[in-house]
Amino acid sequence: MPDVIPADSVGIVTPQIAQFDTPLALSCGQTLSSYQLVYETYGTLNKNASNAILICHALSGDHHAAGYHTMSDTKPGWWDTAIGPGKAIDTNKFFVIALNNLGGCCGSTGPTSINPETGQRWEASFPIVTVEDWVESQARLADLLGIQTFAAIVGGSLGGMQVLEWSIRFPTRLKSAVIVASAPKLSTQNIAFNEVARQSIRRDPDFFDGNYLENNSVPTNGLGLARMLGHITYLSDDAMGAKFGRQMRHDSYQYNYGIEFEVESYLRYQGEAFTKRFDANTYMLMTKALDYFDPASQTNGDLSAVLSRAQCEFLLVSFTTDWRFAPERSEEIVNALVKAGKLVSYAKIEATEGHDAFLFPIPRYMAVLSTFLTRIASNVTTETL
Amino acid sequence: MRSDLEMIDEWIQPNIRVLDLACGPGELLHHLIQNKKVSGYGLEIGPDDLNTCIKKGIPVLEQNIDEGLQNFDDQSFDLVLMTHALQQFRRPDLLIDEMLRIGKECIITFPNFGHWRSRLHLALKGRMPVSDFLPYNWYDTPNIHFFTFQDFERLCHEKNIKILRWAAVDGHLKDHWWIRSMPNLFSETAIFHISR
Repeated sequence: MPDVIPADSVGIVTPQIAQFDTPLALSCGQTLSSYQLVYETYGTLNKNASNAILICHALSGDHHAAGYHTMSDTKPGWWDTAIGPGKAIDTNKFFVIALNNLGGCCGSTGPTSINPETGQRWEASFPIVTVEDWVESQARLADLLGIQTFAAIVGGSLGGMQVLEWSIRFPTRLKSAVIVASAPKLSTQNIAFNEVARQSIRRDPDFFDGNYLENNSVPTNGLGLARMLGHITYLSDDAMGAKFGRQMRHDSYQYNYGIEFEVESYLRYQGEAFTKRFDANTYMLMTKALDYFDPASQTNGDLSAVLSRAQCEFLLVSFTTDWRFAPERSEEIVNALVKAGKLVSYAKIEATEGHDAFLFPIPRYMAVLSTFLTRIASNVTTETL
Repeated sequence: MRSDLEMIDEWIQPNIRVLDLACGPGELLHHLIQNKKVSGYGLEIGPDDLNTCIKKGIPVLEQNIDEGLQNFDDQSFDLVLMTHALQQFRRPDLLIDEMLRIGKECIITFPNFGHWRSRLHLALKGRMPVSDFLPYNWYDTPNIHFFTFQDFERLCHEKNIKILRWAAVDGHLKDHWWIRSMPNLFSETAIFHISR
């Protein structure tokens, strides 16, 4: 709810929709005959179309990365701290594109959309999409917008996996890759967390095997529980401790299952708020995309062999207290890139926020990002002249 | 460029693969990438130095060398460099082993504590030397090992490390005949090019 738009904001933005009628063959074997992607852009595309940055979103992100839709919005886009005039991803220099991935629930074709063949919502019948499918569809969006080569593709967490896939699949279509708090594949523990999240949704009696909308129902309990679990893993022990400690709701213990500690109330609130803005099928689908991603499987587990296809330069960033995508996971990518002889820089940022740190404007993190992209921008300018 | 850096530049072949340990703001690596077309990476942990490298487009990795270099494969670099930093690490002897495992050759520069002024300072004043070149007190210095030109030479012999060449210079990079004849006494910076 900004009274005035801050000077370093991209301001009021309007989402756009791109319609695609060329069938898209998916990793799972199915084909989407047509689909749409919703996206936003910030800044201005230069004459050569050489200053574009693509933002890839994480598990629960969407196309609304920066600015406000209306003056009555309570919050700006999810990465407003990093995107805007004069910010690390500087919209004075770059033309920034953020989209909602296929299978999403914020305007792009997904489980809540109407299947043109049946005239009904897709719901459970929506095919599972993968990181590879997303990158393929993002490339088509780039074609539509007249962008042959991105100055940079940027993403955190699941978004970082898309960036990595871009560098392998379309090596000539990006000058640089910025991969934040990500991993070359999920660890067993990560897959396990995802499975608990999915089971909590699937076992909700309101889930109806995924066709809940058809049954005028929403599995809010399951989805809320999945989000609560996820939320714990995105924060560090220290961050939660600092925020809530053992703060209590009442002066003394109530000896019942109501809310005793503030952290319980916080988690319940987070879970419930999430169910109002997110679709359970999309959530499950996103966790599957995470689980399946493993580019090194194409080269017998040799990550550096698959990354030898890449031609862009890389920036990797990790955060010290992130245990969901720990620094060691980013370092696996760094080591593979070094082995493959690629241009790569890596910063391990001191942060208390855990995995969520990638969304915070931590000064050193923003400085690294801004320094890297400023150089990329100056290369773009030199080429243009 | 710092004097010892200029000196070693002459020893480095073009187009090789270089790892620069504790690269600081990346002066040498930048020079080598620009002029010798080497490909390489710097390791550094100082946030400002890291950012300077990123600004210049020098590939730099945030990695604490004292925590090990196991992530680098055997003989995966033509040259591993370390300028003015060996004295700051916990076990210089083990670090040299690691450097020679990763690189076919190594170039190491360090301040020679056998320099006559250090000796005189300690002999006459009875206190640890503080100079322009090593401007720290004993309690706050990052330099936790003090060793001389001869000490290093002896360690190489004990470890059967080949000294391919060496240089010994004063603070102004002058390599006068007297420095060459008595490097342990007259050099402020010792430069060694070694291999297995």
